[in-house]
Amino acid sequence: MPSASSATTNLIPSVIAKHRDALLDDWVREQLGASSRSGSIKESDLRRQCAEFLKLLREASDGGDPSNLDGDRWQSLKEMLGNISRTRGAQGFTPTETATFVFSLKKPLFTRLLRELGGNAEAVAEETWKATEILDALGLYTTEVFQKARDSLIARQQEEMLELSTPVVKVWDGILALPMIGTLDSTRTQVVMETLLQSIVETGSQIAIIDITGVPTVDTLIAQHLLKTVSAAKLMGADCIISGIRPQIAQTIVHLGIDLGSVTTRATLADALKEGLRRLGTELRALPGREA
Amino acid sequence: MEHIPILRMGAFLLVTIQVDMHDQLAMTLQDDLTERIRKTGARGVLIDISSVDVVDSFIGRMLAGIATMSRLLNAETVVVGMQPAVAITLVELGLPLQGICTALDVERGMDKLRAAIARA
Repeated sequence: MPSASSATTNLIPSVIAKHRDALLDDWVREQLGASSRSGSIKESDLRRQCAEFLKLLREASDGGDPSNLDGDRWQSLKEMLGNISRTRGAQGFTPTETATFVFSLKKPLFTRLLRELGGNAEAVAEETWKATEILDALGLYTTEVFQKARDSLIARQQEEMLELSTPVVKVWDGILALPMIGTLDSTRTQVVMETLLQSIVETGSQIAIIDITGVPTVDTLIAQHLLKTVSAAKLMGADCIISGIRPQIAQTIVHLGIDLGSVTTRATLADALKEGLRRLGTELRALPGREA
Repeated sequence: MEHIPILRMGAFLLVTIQVDMHDQLAMTLQDDLTERIRKTGARGVLIDISSVDVVDSFIGRMLAGIATMSRLLNAETVVVGMQPAVAITLVELGLPLQGICTALDVERGMDKLRAAIARA
């Protein structure tokens, strides 16, 4: 197949070479007309990008196998498209608008191909097909890059959320509180465990309160994670108190047969704090004469 | 042969592990420590592992073993200063060292030992 495609006249490079300026003009006009967002990109920038694309496309398609865009030959063109896709994505372009950058080349290019080949209908069809193949693949590639950029953005935000959602608060000298919010999965519990243990070392706190008021459900896996955290804290010499167990969760825990017997539990954070203070040998009392 | 120093402080024995524990060293420590408890009649053993950042199941078992042996010889054991990574590893290994007494640092460990002896 490669010998056949290179043997038959691949007209794209020669057409681009021959009609470069006219192609560029038509293409830029096409995009400025089609895209409502083109206002956010300067015409000079667009022209520069288009010119570079045409140059790279000519180099890449010259003798290249149009059916295989994975080759080294296409690398620089794909890199350039990737950059365009990423910057446009960041500017708020939709994937369609970004892909249109490539697809809008079709009309000017096909017009030139038709003119070049004159009445030879068969050759026109074949060249058009080849060009379509290449441009479609490149257009889809921009969408793919767009998608990947989005995915990495989501992954980064998830990571940030993970850190934001596990604050360790010092509520008293020697008492740390960890209010947990949202569902717990193993990655999150791992982060929670590490942050808590690290804070215990840093502050030298003897009591750690894990408050699960903001946790919607507790299943066996989550309970096991909690128990592991408690055991690890115990190994380091700190006591853990689990607080904020809502009535439904207490019922679920019993129905599931989870044994939290070895862990100190309290209904509310206030009770847990009171228990923590008691263990530290501290007591809160109203000032004389100021009892409510 | 390599030994981990065992210091005597009144009725207590103080062991600070500052090197990577390998199995032979752990066995030697077990021998030395039980021997010293018998000889000195110590009432408490404090093991500081704050500079240890790698443990395996053998070392974990050895720590639990030392605690049980000391109790047989009428001495309480407190393990102090365990690093978070070490604690997580032990828990993941399924060795939560039930029954072993722990403290955050040497000072609190000493307090715990004194309290335990006062109770006895």
